[in-house]
Parts: sequence; structure tokens; C-alpha cells
Amino acid sequence: MSTISVVGRRGPVRGAVTHVLLIAGALVMLYPLLWMVSGAFKPADEIFASAGLLPESFTLSNFIDGWTGLGIGFGRFFLNSFTISALAVVGNVLSCSMAAYAFARLSFRFKRAWFAIMLVTIMLPIHVLIVPQYVLFHNLKWINTILPLTIPHFLAVDAFFIFLMVQFIRGLPRELDDAARIDGCGPVQIYLRIVLPLMTPALITTAIFTFIWTWDNFFNQIVFISDVEKFTVPLALRAFLDSSGESSWGPMFAMATLSLVPVVTFFLVFQKRITEGISTTGLKG
Amino acid sequence: MHDTLTPVRPEAERRASSRQKRRRTDSRVAYLFLLPWFIGLVVLTAGPILASLYLSFTDFDLLTAPRWLGFDNYQAFVDDPHFHSAIKVTSMYVILSVPLAVVFALLVAVALVGKRRGSGVYRASYYLPSLLGGSVAVTILWREIFGADGLVNQVLEKVGIIGPSWVSSPDFALYTLILLHVWQFGSPMLIFLAGLKQIPQDLYESAAVDGASAFQRFVRITVPMLTPLIFFNLVLQMINSFKAFTPAFIISGGSGGPVDSTLFYTLYLYQEGFANFHMGYASAMAWALLIVISLFTAGMFITSRYWVFYGDEEGAK
Repeated sequence: MSTISVVGRRGPVRGAVTHVLLIAGALVMLYPLLWMVSGAFKPADEIFASAGLLPESFTLSNFIDGWTGLGIGFGRFFLNSFTISALAVVGNVLSCSMAAYAFARLSFRFKRAWFAIMLVTIMLPIHVLIVPQYVLFHNLKWINTILPLTIPHFLAVDAFFIFLMVQFIRGLPRELDDAARIDGCGPVQIYLRIVLPLMTPALITTAIFTFIWTWDNFFNQIVFISDVEKFTVPLALRAFLDSSGESSWGPMFAMATLSLVPVVTFFLVFQKRITEGISTTGLKG
Repeated sequence: MHDTLTPVRPEAERRASSRQKRRRTDSRVAYLFLLPWFIGLVVLTAGPILASLYLSFTDFDLLTAPRWLGFDNYQAFVDDPHFHSAIKVTSMYVILSVPLAVVFALLVAVALVGKRRGSGVYRASYYLPSLLGGSVAVTILWREIFGADGLVNQVLEKVGIIGPSWVSSPDFALYTLILLHVWQFGSPMLIFLAGLKQIPQDLYESAAVDGASAFQRFVRITVPMLTPLIFFNLVLQMINSFKAFTPAFIISGGSGGPVDSTLFYTLYLYQEGFANFHMGYASAMAWALLIVISLFTAGMFITSRYWVFYGDEEGAK
């Protein structure tokens, strides 16, 4: 690393000052989240009495009250959210990788035109599609089931991931395909034995972001689900907010904290891949 | 494999026909691989987009057949006060939160670039709000932080200021949502970080030799070199801001209040379509949104010619 950088020369004093500023900035960024987590462990009167992070008297009762706050245990909502997110991951990985393989490696008529159409669909806001999709799912009697939230992923509607995978497959050496062809592999076998294993990094990126975004996709969930026992975690949180109001912030914070656990766990486990995925592909996050 | 089936043909002919056959199988297999996407395209994208265009010209409540209205829905925008609020609120949100988030992202990225002890931890801490900020949980937290006796007012009270009840005050509610967006500058920041690493260090070295100050180096080298990414982030953030929904919904309890001050466009669209079952009107709103986003994006691409510099152009000059 050269001594001259974007910001200037870095002496030891300057370095220390930068560190202090960066730490202060990071604390400001994380403070609200930490305050929520600590609030989950504080008794009600203490949450608003102090801005401090360490509870004076530590309690778990918020979690107990919150868990059963809607009559149905939050376990049900977590199960619903997990089911939807897991199915969305499987659907996206399968259907998007298939389409991507065709676009990147196979030749067929109107390939350029189809590819262009695929790119356009990435830009399309969901709002233009949601009313007719609602009518369609309503006619299929799919409203208030997990089907509208999962089946579309098996039909590669998240075209962004197709694009991401096409870019990735293009970077794989074609000689491997050719060698496999000489050995008698057809396109299906090449996909299964060569391309799919080699594109694992792209598949993992897809899986991570599909999981996180599906978990948090409040708009789709609120449109398609209205029965309490079908609620996902975000819907349950919102219902809990409405039903208990300002009175039970402790349980509210406890459940909000729990709802972030899967996403934060994903983040901590795949941190490197998530940050790389964003800086190299521009995935919104 | 199929070569063994036609051993008598001359070599060249055999190879040509093999290639042709391969192309044909390829094509057939390709359509097989694309089948799920095709079905999705027809049933969930192309069909619905045409249907919503049609519905936007009708009065439709889901239960009875759509009634043709012509341009009435679009005409109704003119006299709909909520529509006007939604446009105003959303414009304010986009105009303020997008540039602020991008500027923060750029400044923090510049501060973070380079190898430094703990840079991974810094990057993670600044990015985490980006990942969580769109969730219901964090929006609920935000509502509490900016509540009448929330965290912000507690802190203000210590220095002797009685703060307003931010989220339930029409003058401040929108700004708390803008702040929530700006707080999530982490993902454009990561994109800038990747870009900063691509800038050749010798540019900075020769500028330093010429006596350029750190500020001058930032303005003359860093910013111009990053214009493609600044542009990319602005477009991406803008599209996302137009579509923002969860924060407004949660903060206002679904109402867009107080006094329509957080009635985001998508929230009003949701209310009309799925609470009031004015699905024709909601479809017209969706089309207006699509047109506006397309126009803005196209506009940004056109102006980008004057301020975005790509490396290869500079060589040509």
C-alpha cells in the first residue's frame, strides 16, 4: 500500500484519529439496533427511563409475553416464514440456474430477443403486476396459502438472479463443456455434472439473498396473506404492534429482535460473500 | 455418440450433419431449460402487465366484471387530493434521501478504503443497517426511537430541549423516514469501496507531487473516477425509493398519516387496490408509476452523458 491514499498521507496520529472517527460512526450506526436488543431484556419501566444499553435488571419475561402475545405462538409464524423462504431458495436456485445455463451455453432461436426481454423484466416494479397476479391467485383459490409466495420462484420470476448466473457461467471455460461433449455428455449432463457444481458460488449468493429478501418481503406477504395462522413473522410483528399498541414495548422489542435473528445469522455466517456480492454485482441490500 | 451410427458417410459431411444435429438438440434442450422461465414470463409477467394495462381503463372491484371507463381513472388523478399528497410525499422522499444516502456512502467509503486494522468489522457495522433497515422489526424500532417519549427525545431532554413527537407530527414524520433511508447507505458504500480499489494509485502520487491537497485530490481524481458508480448508485437508489413501502406502512399504521404526511405512492396504491378494492384505479396508479420511473431513469441516462466519465473516453480525447 502506498503512503499516499485517497484521503492523504497517513501518519500514526492521523491513523488514530481516523480510527476514533470510524469507531464513533460505527457506534452511531449500530446504536439503534443494540438499544432494541437490550430493550428486549429490560423490564417495561426501564426501556424508556434510560438510553443506556446494559439492563439494570435483566429479564426474560418480554420473550415469554411476546411469544404468545397474539394467541398463537410465534413458533407458528417462524415456521411459516422459514417454509416460504426455504421454498423460495430452492425455486430460485433451480429455475434461475436452468434458464441461465440455456442463455449462457446453448444456442436457440431468438436468443438475443429473449435475453433482452429477461433484462427488461428485472426493471419492472412489482406494483404493475400485483393486481392481475392477485386476481389470478384469487381465481386459483391460492389467496391465504403459501403458494403465491413460493410458486413464482419456481418459475424464475427473480430474473435478476438469472442475469447474475449468466454472467458467472460466461466466466467458466468452455473447454470443459467441449471435453464433456467429446466424452459423450449431452447438454443436460453438462449442466448437471459440469456447470452446476462449478457455479456453486453464484448459487450460494442467490440462496442467501433469496432467503433474506423473502423473509423480509412485507409487501407480498400483506397482499396475499390475511389469516392469522398463515401469518409470517413480519405480518405477526405488525399485528402485534396494532393489537398491543404502546403498552407492551418490551415484548415488542423481544419479538422484533427474534425476527432479525435468521437474517443476522445469515449475515454473520456469509458476511464475506454478502459484501462481495453487493460490491461486485450491485445487488440491492 | 451419434457418429458411430453413420460410419459410411464421408468425413466432412458427417461432421457437418453432426453439428447441425447438435444445434437442433441444443435448441430443443434450451427450450426445455427455459420452460419454467417461459411459463413465469407468460403467466406472471407478460400476462399481468397487459391485464393491468387493461384494468387501468376500467372500474374493477374483483367481484364483478371490469367496467370500461376509458381514461377516467387517469383523469381522476387530477382531482384526487390523496394522489397529490402521495406524489408530493414520494417526490420529497426520493429527492432528499437518494442524494443524501449516496453522499454518505461515498464519504464513508473513502474513509474506509485501504487496508487498515479492523476494516472488515467497520465495513460490516456500516453495512448491517442496509440489510435490516427494510424489515418490519427495524421500522417498529424506528417508530419507537422517534416516538413522543422515544430515545431521541430522551436524549434531547438531557440537553434541555423538548422534542416534538416526531412520527405523529405532520411536519416531521416524513423526515424520520428519510433518515431511516439514509441510515441504510451501506450497500452503495460497498459498491463505492469496490470502485475505489480500481483507481490507480499513481494518479494520487503524481497529484501529490504537484502539490494537490487531499481535498483537491478527492474532487479532481476520486469523484471523476467514480462517476460511473455514482450514476449507478443514484439510479438504483432512485428506483428503490420510488417503490418504498414497508417503512411508511409501519410508521403510520397503514394510514399514511398524520394528515397524509407519510402517504407514499405505493402505500396509497396498496390502500386503493387491496383495502378499498378499487383495482382499476390501483392499476392506473401502477402504470403511472411505471411511466414515471422509466422517464426518470431515461432522463438520468441522458444527463449522464455530460457528467459520467468512463475510462476509455478519456484516452480518446
